[in-house]
Amino acid sequence: MYDAIAHMTVTVLLFASYAEAFGASSLAVEVAGNATVADVLSNVRTHPGADRLPPMPLVAVNQQYADPHALVRDGDEIALIPPVAGG
Amino acid sequence: MTPLASLVRAPIDPIALVRAASSPRNGAVILFLGAVRQVNEGRDVTGIDYAAYEAMAQRELQAIVDEGATRFGTADVVVEHRLGELQVEDVSVGIAVGHAHRDAAYAASRWVIEELKRRVPIWKREHYTDGTREWVDPTGHVGAGSPR
Repeated sequence: MYDAIAHMTVTVLLFASYAEAFGASSLAVEVAGNATVADVLSNVRTHPGADRLPPMPLVAVNQQYADPHALVRDGDEIALIPPVAGG
Repeated sequence: MTPLASLVRAPIDPIALVRAASSPRNGAVILFLGAVRQVNEGRDVTGIDYAAYEAMAQRELQAIVDEGATRFGTADVVVEHRLGELQVEDVSVGIAVGHAHRDAAYAASRWVIEELKRRVPIWKREHYTDGTREWVDPTGHVGAGSPR
């Protein structure tokens, strides 16, 4: 493996109460090249405001709900989804 | 027509939804409207702002109307959800379903609103008479901005 692909920076989109909690609409998160959704979440939890996240927040990858074990690829659109309240 | 889902910022026109779900095939057309309620969980609400992860919300909403159309056997399923600032009594969501028979039309309408509430990434922040605003969390967890 080349060192250049050992790590990647992914952008995590934040909305509604989560955007308020982190004081931002997105976070740049550095993870290993073979990272999962759970790895991204672990990193997000190191940011100020993360104490307001529930134990298992919903995550979407490329606009689809994703399992914590799902692999993340460079360039993926990752989003934390607060409890939805449409209607 | 093909099943249609839209996120809109202008007021929802219920009659336009009914027209879109009408067809010579249909013996029943059901219109459901969700509106901003004045009191929620004992607190006086003056308005709501709706926000969305728009690209995903559009995609999920379209998936719901497509699935609903297949599941209930009609092409005439139309949904509009409003985003932005709404006042009490404003319509936040409109669903029209046309079907040959009323049982299926009622069932499809109910299914669409429940799926929408379960999985479309839309959030609402209620404005209260005391000037505060809070994001609504239907799961009952303490939301950001609330006392712990």
